[in-house]
Parts: sequence; C-alpha cells; structure tokens
Amino acid sequence: MQVRSQVSMVFHLDKCIGCHTCSIACKNIWTDRKGAEYMWWNNVETKPGTGFPTKWEDQEKYKGGFELAENGKLNIKSTSKTKIVPNIFHNPHMPTMDDYYEPWTYDYQNLFNAPEGSVQPTAKPISMIDGKDIDIQAGPNWDDDLSGSPIYAENDANLEGLTERQRHELSAIERLVFFYFPRICNHCLNPCCVASCPSGALYKRGEDGIVLIDQKRCRAWRSCVAACPYKKTYFNWFTGKSEKCILCFPRLETGQAPACFHSCVGRIRYLGVLLYDADRLEEVAKLPDEELVEGHRSMILDPFDPQVIAEARKNGISEAVLEAAQNSPVYKFVKVWKIALPPHIEYRTLPMLFYVPPMSPVQASKPEDTIKHNSDNLFHDINDSRVPMKFLANLFGAGHEGGVRYALAKQKAVRWHRRAETVGDVDRETADRILREANCSREEADAIYELTTLCKFEDRFVIPPMHREQAIEMMKDPYEHKTEVGFGFVSGPARGL
Amino acid sequence: MDPRVLDQFLFIALPYVCLFTFFLMTIYRYRTEKFSYSSLSSQFLENRQHFFAVVPFHYGILAITLGHFIAFLIPKTVLAWNSHPLRLYILELSALAFGLLTLIGLISIVMRRGSISKVRQVTTTTDWILFVLLIVQTALGISIAVIYPWGSSWFATILSPYLWSIFLLNPDISYLAASPLLVKSHIVLAFLIIGFFPFTRLVHLLVVPNPYLWRKVQVVRWYGNK
Repeated sequence: MQVRSQVSMVFHLDKCIGCHTCSIACKNIWTDRKGAEYMWWNNVETKPGTGFPTKWEDQEKYKGGFELAENGKLNIKSTSKTKIVPNIFHNPHMPTMDDYYEPWTYDYQNLFNAPEGSVQPTAKPISMIDGKDIDIQAGPNWDDDLSGSPIYAENDANLEGLTERQRHELSAIERLVFFYFPRICNHCLNPCCVASCPSGALYKRGEDGIVLIDQKRCRAWRSCVAACPYKKTYFNWFTGKSEKCILCFPRLETGQAPACFHSCVGRIRYLGVLLYDADRLEEVAKLPDEELVEGHRSMILDPFDPQVIAEARKNGISEAVLEAAQNSPVYKFVKVWKIALPPHIEYRTLPMLFYVPPMSPVQASKPEDTIKHNSDNLFHDINDSRVPMKFLANLFGAGHEGGVRYALAKQKAVRWHRRAETVGDVDRETADRILREANCSREEADAIYELTTLCKFEDRFVIPPMHREQAIEMMKDPYEHKTEVGFGFVSGPARGL
Repeated sequence: MDPRVLDQFLFIALPYVCLFTFFLMTIYRYRTEKFSYSSLSSQFLENRQHFFAVVPFHYGILAITLGHFIAFLIPKTVLAWNSHPLRLYILELSALAFGLLTLIGLISIVMRRGSISKVRQVTTTTDWILFVLLIVQTALGISIAVIYPWGSSWFATILSPYLWSIFLLNPDISYLAASPLLVKSHIVLAFLIIGFFPFTRLVHLLVVPNPYLWRKVQVVRWYGNK
C-alpha cells in the first residue's frame, strides 16, 4: 500500500442553478489574457447538450482518454508512444479553434469616431485574433438552456442507448427537462494529459495531486489537448503553450478555496482531501467498464483506519493533512454515502472530481398521464425520472445504471425522511421503509441533509495546510528565500523571442 | 578587395562568429528566457493546410540535415557507399527528392502563413526573415544537386575536411579554392542560418522530446527528490 493524498472535489448537481458565476470568477482571475480569451477552465454546460468544446464527449471524434487494448495494455487513444513520433509535426486529433469558438469583442471606438452620417454608428463585433469583422457562429455556452433543441441537445453523446420514447420525453414540448453540468479539470489519478506529454511538462503534484503544466517546459507539441478526454487542457494560441485549471493552487496554499468554489452561488461545491492507494492505480484503470466506478471507489482509503494512518505517516503525509482527510466532506459523499460519482469513468483517467447526480425535477415522467401530488406520492419513483436513468448512467456510470440508481434512491430517501421529520405529512413507517430500501439510516440521512442544505463555508471546504514552506526548504534556506521574494519584477507570458 | 581576404572573412571569420553566437545564445536563452523555448505551433488556428505544409517540410529538412551530418561525420563511409554507381544514384536521387519535399513544404508554409489572417497574427518579422533564408538555402541546395551532381561524394572529399578544420580550430580554406559560387553561397548562408538560429523559433529543435519514450507513464513531482 502506498498512501497518497489528493485534494478532491464534489459537485452537487441537484443544487446547481446554472448561473455561471464560477466561470466568471475563474475567467477574471486566470484567463482574461491574450491567447486565453477562448479558454474556460471552468464552464457550465446544459445537459442534454453538446458542451464545450462542441461534442467533447464524442471520443470517436476527439480520441481522448485511454483505451484498453486487447493485449491488456492501457493505451492513449490519440497519440500513444509509438504514434507520437511520426505525428509530432501535425497532431492528427488536435481540436482547432472552430471546435471551441473564435473570441470576439466589439468595435466600441466606432461609436465615438464614426464620421457623421445619416445612421447611428454601431459597435460591430470584431475578432479578438485578427481584429477583423466577424460573423459570430458560436460562443461560450452557446447552447445554454437550449435542451430540446434539434441542433444541440440531440447531438449529446450521452443519448446513446436511450430508447426512442426516452429521447422524445427528454425534449417533449412544455415538458422538456435539463440540468446543469459544471466542469473544471478533474485532477485525475491517471491523467491522460500527463501521460501524453512528450516534454514531460505536465505533472501531478505529489503532495496534493493537483495537475499542472510547467510553462517553461511546454514546447507546444499539443498532445495534452488531444489526449484529455474532458478537453480541459487548452492551447494558448498566442504564447504557444498549453494551459489548464490549476485548482487555484496559490489560493489553496494560503488556505482559501478556489475561486469557482468560493463564488458558487448554489453552494454546490465541496473540496477536501482523499487518501488513496497509488499502488492500485494501474490495476484499477484496467478494470472492465462495469467495475470501474466501484474499483475507483475502492482505491480511496479510510482515513480512520490505523493501518492507513500508519502507512500515510510512513509516506510523509503530515498530521494536519490526515486530520483534513478525516473531516473531508468529499470522503463522506464519495466513500461513506456513495452518492457522488466520477464523470465518464470509461475514459480511464480516474477523475477526482465527483458529481452527485441530479434528482430534479421532482415531477416524474409518465406519458399521457397526469401525476397527482399528494402525501403518498410526494417524490416520484426514481425509475420514472424525467431525466432517464440511462442518460445519467452514460455520464456517471460508464453506461451502467447501478451506481446512479443507488445515489438517486438514497437522495430520495433523505427527502422522505426529512419530510417525515419536519412536515410530518408522510408517515414515519413509509419513510423508514424507503430509507431501508436505499441502504440508509436515519442518522446518515440527517448527515446528508445537513451537508447538502445547511453546509457552511468550513463544512464545504476543508483545506489542508499545503506546507509550501517545506517545498522552499528543499531548495534553499527559508530565511534567505524570504529576503528574495515579494518585491521585484514578474515577466509576462510573451510569445517566442 | 583582395579576394583572399574576402574568402578568409566568409569562410573563417563568419563561421566562427556564427558558431559562437549559436552556442552562446542558445544556452543564454535557455537559461534566461526558458519560457520562449517552444515550437509555437499554429495548428490550433488552422488544421488542414497545416498538415500539407508542415509535414513535408519537416520530413524533408530532417532527412536533408541528417544527410549533411552523416557526410560531415563519416565521409569515408559515404565514399565507400558511393563506390558502387547504383548506390550513388539512389543516394543522390533520394537527397534530391527530400530537397524538393523541403522546398514544397516551405513554400506551402509561407503561403499558409501569408494567406490565413489568423495565422498571420502569430507570424513575426523574425519568422519571415527565417522563411526567406530557408527558401533561398533550399533552392541553392537543389540547384547545386542538379548543376553539380554527385555532391554526396564531393561533399565528403572537399567540405568535410574544411568543416573538420573549422571545428578543430585549425581552419583551412584551401579545400574550397575550386568550389563554384553556388556552393560557396550555400556554405555562407548555412553559417548565417546557424548564427540566426538562437533568435528564432528553430530552438525547438534543441528540445525535442527524447525522454518521453523511456520515461514512466505518469509524472509526479514532490517537494524533495522523492
């Protein structure tokens, strides 16, 4: 057993209102620069929908992630070691700007400088790349709230395997349904971007698992962009370097939550430490599809287990990090309650951002039937969810419904339990039966309820001390370091020479 | 001016200035401006023409450069190989083919960079100068191959000793005495490109990703050397 710690995340989709505050917070801090205008390290997608870049989940097109070869080897789909050599000059699976969108601004100066004429001057849209007039074809969140649309929602890769009836119900007029899917880098345990980088510029930080790109080692071979199945590494067209979400590590190192977490209006985001067994990485990444979710979860270790604690100490994990792991809200959602699931685990990168699948809307799907809501029928049968189970399973279970059904059943049981406790119009016995069926105790239901609805800042974000002073100590005397930082010049990211 | 002085300037002074600049500036740039070491790919902005321009150019120039290096490093082996006429023809023809591939690639690159407005935004004056130098150099090389054939043999007998004399710090330009103007221009331009190299995007050549094929799949960095 080799215990490592990882700063991990849970996004509670039932609470996401799709306000994009997270995206804006991130954009303002990190990507509001030349070359990065089109990047959204954090973005919020409407599901069903095609997402950003368009149809990113379609790996027939993008060739992201790993694939299990017949000889039992785990290969990078886009450019494995043998394929990179002849393809280094031109990456065959590199998405282009057209797959994202061409960033634009408006010619505001024209409003002031236009010569006198018979019509009002306008501020025409102009490209942020070459400054020319642009006919806007797409933009960030172009299909926001456009579920049900034949050009966007219908092309969602997760609709695979849904029956004709289910597809129809998803987009039926006046009954169409959608939910939001906020995404950042998953800081995977088996990151495909890292594995694919010919320069070795990408790396995972040993202490907290944050995946970063060494900007001084990146040589623009572009492999990471093609390899990341979540399309969360972006190519900066101006500096000629790849960039990605850095989980706001400068904020984490000073005890603050990442900007997208901090600003989240719906309070859907949780952040905490998970301990995992790094020795099992390869074995788990090679499991068959249906065992991946469970295998991934089994890699995560119990921070209260004395043996795990001993191994963690042996591996240099500090007491403060162990304590953070024990208080981690992520651990509860993922391992104890098992209601948070990894997105698209079939890409085999073992993502460390987990999602609580959405229950909403509470209304069930029964074609040509009106459902009366009364005390006996407050919350619908999860098998009749308006969002088909198969759709959620394609997103969060590699196509297998078991994990999603378990998570939804438990969430439903929590609602029954709380209804019985607080309103009292459903009888206690029914609530207890539903709890039992969902493998949930009253105490557990209360705990889920509290962490879901009454969670305070310090409940949602349990940030361990990152001990950067130790990192400095390795390089030089901290007192000497102290006198050398904080005043001077920082050079900007300029292109070439 | 005495032509001998000009020769001494072009084939002794200039090579040393250019080689010195090359070694000094690539190291200096790597140490102080590490961020600027990049292939500065523009594939993200345009994909289709990129393939038809960049791929032939790279394969062509790699083969040609490798050929020059081989003739420089092991001239005797090359001469031995060429002792059989058929082998000589094969070598000459493939060298010519790769030269043409390079030229076609280069011209496509220039056309792509000139015609696509988004790509033009990421093309600097340095890039344009470099393209001109490379096109002229490739064209000179191809002309030499056509006008003065069997270059693979005479390179080994004339140019290799000259280049060795430069690197052994004992320059001897007598080898070049009988060389025609085309060949001399090719040599001068080659040294100019070497001198210009550290200031261009060509530096990505020095950081080709060699450890990749041997390293572990995943890269983890710890505070210390864990």
